[in-house]
Amino acid sequence: MIDDNLLRDLTPQVLGVLVRRGADFSAAEDAVQDALVEALRRWEDGAPDDPRAWLVTVAWRRFLDARRSASARALREIAVEREPGAGPAEQADDTLLLLSRCCHPALTPASAIALTLRAVGGLTTAQIARAFLVPESTMAQRISRAKRTLAGERFERPGDVRAVLRVLYLMFDQGFVGASPNAGEADLAEEAIRLTRQLAASVPDDPEAAGLLALMLLHHARRAARFDASGDLVALADQDRSRWDTAMIAEGVELLQDALARDRLGEYQVQAAIAALHDDAASAEETDWTQILEWYDELARIVPVNPVVALNRAVAVGHVDGPLAGLRAVEELDAALPRREAVMAYLQERAGNTAQAARLYAAAAERAPSTAERTHLLKQAARLNQNRSTPS
Amino acid sequence: MAKYLLLKHYRGGPTPHPNAAAGMDEWTPEEITAHIDFMRKVADDLRERGEFVSEQALAPEGEFVRYGGEGRPPVTDGPFAETKDLIAGWMIIDVDSKERAYEAAAYLSSAPGKDGKPLHEWLEVRPFYGVPPVVE
Repeated sequence: MIDDNLLRDLTPQVLGVLVRRGADFSAAEDAVQDALVEALRRWEDGAPDDPRAWLVTVAWRRFLDARRSASARALREIAVEREPGAGPAEQADDTLLLLSRCCHPALTPASAIALTLRAVGGLTTAQIARAFLVPESTMAQRISRAKRTLAGERFERPGDVRAVLRVLYLMFDQGFVGASPNAGEADLAEEAIRLTRQLAASVPDDPEAAGLLALMLLHHARRAARFDASGDLVALADQDRSRWDTAMIAEGVELLQDALARDRLGEYQVQAAIAALHDDAASAEETDWTQILEWYDELARIVPVNPVVALNRAVAVGHVDGPLAGLRAVEELDAALPRREAVMAYLQERAGNTAQAARLYAAAAERAPSTAERTHLLKQAARLNQNRSTPS
Repeated sequence: MAKYLLLKHYRGGPTPHPNAAAGMDEWTPEEITAHIDFMRKVADDLRERGEFVSEQALAPEGEFVRYGGEGRPPVTDGPFAETKDLIAGWMIIDVDSKERAYEAAAYLSSAPGKDGKPLHEWLEVRPFYGVPPVVE
């Protein structure tokens, strides 16, 4: 019996070795796929002692065979700099090399996410296509187009860690479609966490990688409480906090504390700190909004022009200095901002202006960017309207 | 990435461009072939870019249907020969931005018509709902 998880973990490592040796990305992936097929056939009676070395040897041989038949000239360009070390340091380098290649700034975020899930995450094209609700052939094209964009660029050295962090953040933030996906389907939030774990292990000195991992865990811990039994979105303040994953929160907090101790603050550490303060409150009323506001001010210094941050900051202002102060903060922001009316509705309700809040919730529902938010906002409007029509 | 519906209407929408004034039955057979080939090419290009989701054409016939009450058959109304708006079909794309969706729609709308001139046909572009972000 062959362990699927073992193969999935080894796939990017083997691919990383081939890419580090100078193999063209597409050709390297084909060679690794060939090696995996051979492993499935040959490992029936048990994996070899060093499965990674076995796969590297077979994949490299396949790659060279393919190259030899393709072009003798291309072969001369392949620089074998050193033998593949099986040590953890080389593995970490390979993971980073591969991730920074897949998240290259020349790619659009969507292409980078797809390529990363395929090449590093080891998901099938069909799984990725289902996760993004597009036909498999479209996803296959998107991935091969991304590879073509990268063709010709050499990647002996790892690229930009910031770009990798950004792609993994988007994978996590946008990939979440509700409760756990069905069996056999890709869980993009889980994938993003797994990949960020690998990244954080390969750049232990980068507090932002640890910060991003902490941020993901501190949000992911609330997953079970984020939707109710009928699948509707539950606002943070209304969530059943007993359903939060305390072990995951503890891990996130520990990672964050270690990262903050390095005294090199970045946007992911700050966002994680805000998430940690929410997770830390036993009830919504016990939330330490003063500290949260301080972190939002810090975040605004790090990422100066971010309307989403400004909007969330206004909520914190509303809690610390009162809803009217929060509303004044919102009024300074661009009227076209998505979710602006939703924040104003929330603050107006806290200010006691129920009729205005209901009207704003209804307007926010019309402009909601997702059905989950629309339903949630409509229910808020309906709740306020009902309370007004039935005076107690 | 966001999904957009490019909606093609038989009738309705803003005033048609003069190039789209003649009905397809007034074109030559070669012009019709060129038009269909172009539409296929647009879909192929979108596939090649990894942006294509699906496309469907609708027959112009059809009726309105609603629940008729417990134990009763569905209530139907129509068909309405003169309704203002009639949907002909759609294409769904998955693209990086609204600008890119408009660009794709404009490309589709440039399909050749009579005398091989671009039709400048109006297409309605509608965004799909996305997913709520996790990080608040």
